[in-house]
Amino acid sequence: MLAPGELEAKLAPNPKALTAKRWAMVVDMRKLDEQTAEKCIEACHRIHNVPDFEDPIDPKDKVDPAEKVRWEVKWIWKEKYEHAFPGQAEVAIPEKIHKLNFLLLCNHCDNPPCVRVCPTKATWKRDDGVVMMDQHRCIGCRYCMAACPYGARSFNWRNPRPFIKSEDESYPTREIGVVEKCTLCAERLAKGQLPACVEASKGALTVGDLNDAKSKVRELLRNNFTIRRKTQLGSNPQVYYIV
Amino acid sequence: MFEKALVGTKRYFGVLGFLLLLSGIGFFIYLRQLDFGLGITGMSRDVSWGFYIAQFTYLVGVAASAVMVVLPLYLHNYKAFGRIAILGEFLAVSAVSMCLLFIIVDLGKPSRLFNVLLHPTPNSVLFWDMIVLNGYLFLNIVCGWTVLQAERNEVPPPNWLKPFIYIAIPWAPSIHTVTAFLYAGLPGRGYWLTAIMAPRFLSSAFAAGPALLVLLCLLVRKYTKFDPGREQIQTLAKIVTYAILINVFFFFCEVFTVFYSQIPDHMLHFQYLFAGLEGKGKLVPLMWVSIVGMTITAILLIIPSVRKNETTLAVACAAVVVTTWIDKGMGLITGGFVPNPFEGVTEYFPTMPEALITLGVWAIGFLILTMLYKIAVSIKEEIRA
Repeated sequence: MLAPGELEAKLAPNPKALTAKRWAMVVDMRKLDEQTAEKCIEACHRIHNVPDFEDPIDPKDKVDPAEKVRWEVKWIWKEKYEHAFPGQAEVAIPEKIHKLNFLLLCNHCDNPPCVRVCPTKATWKRDDGVVMMDQHRCIGCRYCMAACPYGARSFNWRNPRPFIKSEDESYPTREIGVVEKCTLCAERLAKGQLPACVEASKGALTVGDLNDAKSKVRELLRNNFTIRRKTQLGSNPQVYYIV
Repeated sequence: MFEKALVGTKRYFGVLGFLLLLSGIGFFIYLRQLDFGLGITGMSRDVSWGFYIAQFTYLVGVAASAVMVVLPLYLHNYKAFGRIAILGEFLAVSAVSMCLLFIIVDLGKPSRLFNVLLHPTPNSVLFWDMIVLNGYLFLNIVCGWTVLQAERNEVPPPNWLKPFIYIAIPWAPSIHTVTAFLYAGLPGRGYWLTAIMAPRFLSSAFAAGPALLVLLCLLVRKYTKFDPGREQIQTLAKIVTYAILINVFFFFCEVFTVFYSQIPDHMLHFQYLFAGLEGKGKLVPLMWVSIVGMTITAILLIIPSVRKNETTLAVACAAVVVTTWIDKGMGLITGGFVPNPFEGVTEYFPTMPEALITLGVWAIGFLILTMLYKIAVSIKEEIRA
């Protein structure tokens, strides 16, 4: 008989896996046009089987607009400046910034409030900084959703499967009653692939090692002024925006 | 003693039958929720806790308030409360039972409930809430039942019970403090991020619980041969008066800090609740009824003649129960989630299935309460006979 975890412990990591001491992302808003942002969202939601309540497989399952708002599941999405950075809407900001659609996703905080509150360790921070989510341990108490200051978490208020038109069988679909969110494509990093949004972003999105002074993200942070969302809350978000 | 709950008048069984019917309806709709998901409620990605968690929060307060009877009795030897201590303890038992049920009906995956024990996580306040609530349920069952049994046998309560009685006293405020800490430590929710949350919870609890107990005492006197006593009711009335005054004071302390500082993260939630935001304000009338009603009731209760007349006292106590319920059971949770982290407004209101499941849980709680009170009252009647 195998002891719990024995099999997993024998698995060697893929030598091609992308690793870091501390993952971080830089979003270069100068390079992120509307179409590219859409492509990033589409790539992420397609490979992670995120349901689209506007587009059921069977037209009979159509939901009304209010239900669509209530049940929405999103891992990465667009938001205007004043909603992405509430309380920082300066009067004299350039017009083009007000028009920008910022790409928002889980910030993979260094001090994540969601991890602090989870009563089952269904969400936890890996040593490399990725905030993970185990949808098979989650009891659906939604404490993490109350704790996240960035609205990065979604709950399965109903069965999402009738709303996933092209299912990607390499990634699990979810059941009702669990929370989900972006995991920085942990499953892709392990195979040596960049996160799907980064790959689709034509260079607007960059991930890399914050602890490595020679990494691409450090180079971007060194040469550009960046902002982060709600830094005053002490969660230390790790998605940086060049505006 | 339990056999006392199994015999009774037609009216007693009529009440049980009615409560059983309501809980049956709730259970039936809960099965539908298990099948479809929490999407049958009004909750959303933005307002991810709703009516269930709000009822849970309110009832933790009702449960904690048993200490307002037990503390004067055991720490100050205020003997008059010996007569009604059991009513306070059994009210706590039924209230905590409802709390636990409300947590369960709110879970997305209730089948995985025991993951909380399989993977204990002390950094989560929810973990501690589980411990204090279950501990409090245990303490009140043990203390209430044992004292009642001793009373029936006309002997003093056994000595081994004393530590449990004394532990139960600080345990009571702890359950509501921990429940306040569920909310008061979340960095992004300005409405809840306030150190006065736990004191406010306790003051509203110590008003609402004893007010409910006054009403229950009056009912017990009317429908049974056991009189909880005029002095007892009058002392409870004073407790209600001071607690509701402190609660109103705490509310205005919060209002001052929020509006004098003018920090939007804190102000916007109050604005949503009391004036509406972006033209949306479903809760505005209710919130005004709550705070104006609560303040007027508090002032009226100061007047001795209002307290001493049991009819006006009953009306005032009912007003305390209702206004604190609106504050916690409607405003507290929704107000924390609106506006959302993007300063957008997604409103929340419970749906019909959600309301019926809630009613079902309340019915189970009152079923437990009715049976426990029947036992207690029968024993009291038996001793007097």
